[in-house]
Amino acid sequence: MLRIHFEDYEKLRTHGEQTYPHECCGVLLGAIGEEVNDVRQIVQAGNERIDSAHNRYSISAVELIRIQRQARAACLDIVGFYHSHPDHPAQWSSTDIAEAHWLGCSYVITRVANGKAEVTNSFLLRGSNEEEKRFEDENIEILMTTAAPG
Amino acid sequence: MNIHIPTPLRTFTDQKEVISVSAPTVAGALEALVSEYPPLRENLFGADGKLRSFVNIYLNEDDIRYLASKEQSLTKDSDEITIIPSIAGGL
Repeated sequence: MLRIHFEDYEKLRTHGEQTYPHECCGVLLGAIGEEVNDVRQIVQAGNERIDSAHNRYSISAVELIRIQRQARAACLDIVGFYHSHPDHPAQWSSTDIAEAHWLGCSYVITRVANGKAEVTNSFLLRGSNEEEKRFEDENIEILMTTAAPG
Repeated sequence: MNIHIPTPLRTFTDQKEVISVSAPTVAGALEALVSEYPPLRENLFGADGKLRSFVNIYLNEDDIRYLASKEQSLTKDSDEITIIPSIAGGL
């Protein structure tokens, strides 16, 4: 299960509206548990696929390292990523699974239709290695009470 | 030197985020790492023994693919190696 504060949930959905008709992307920071990936903070990232930003995203390794260091300083881990599918379903694609390598992490996808965020789904990347990896549907628990720090 | 392990690979390092090794090169450091934690090998290297294409290795601030000596770049104890799998996707 993915647990996220409403404020962060809305932030990642709004990001998809802001970058429409291009894909947005970002990183989920928090704590990985046995059953729950607990999001404490989200970090927007740049989409370096400017050649095909309407249907591809990629976060540069340099930016990812910076975000990982930022997480470490806050005693957080990278627990997942998010991106948008402009005018396409909030379902993982063959490209998404081929390019997914963070086993145990959550991959959140938001359908943005005509510039408006609609469905948001999360998929957990399961498996113990590259050959066995697979996405599984993951419930999202949205915390409505206390706002996440940052 | 310290090697920073990303979240998905900590399953194979007893959840340790930082592993300290001593080696004269980046390749030597990675070999020391997988020798200490053997299940890491198949996640970092393909059957041909080369680093998997989606595994980025940084020596301090530099992607080793763009260093003149690549994996054979010399290291010192104060260096930091970061392993960072790529993140990408799309429709």
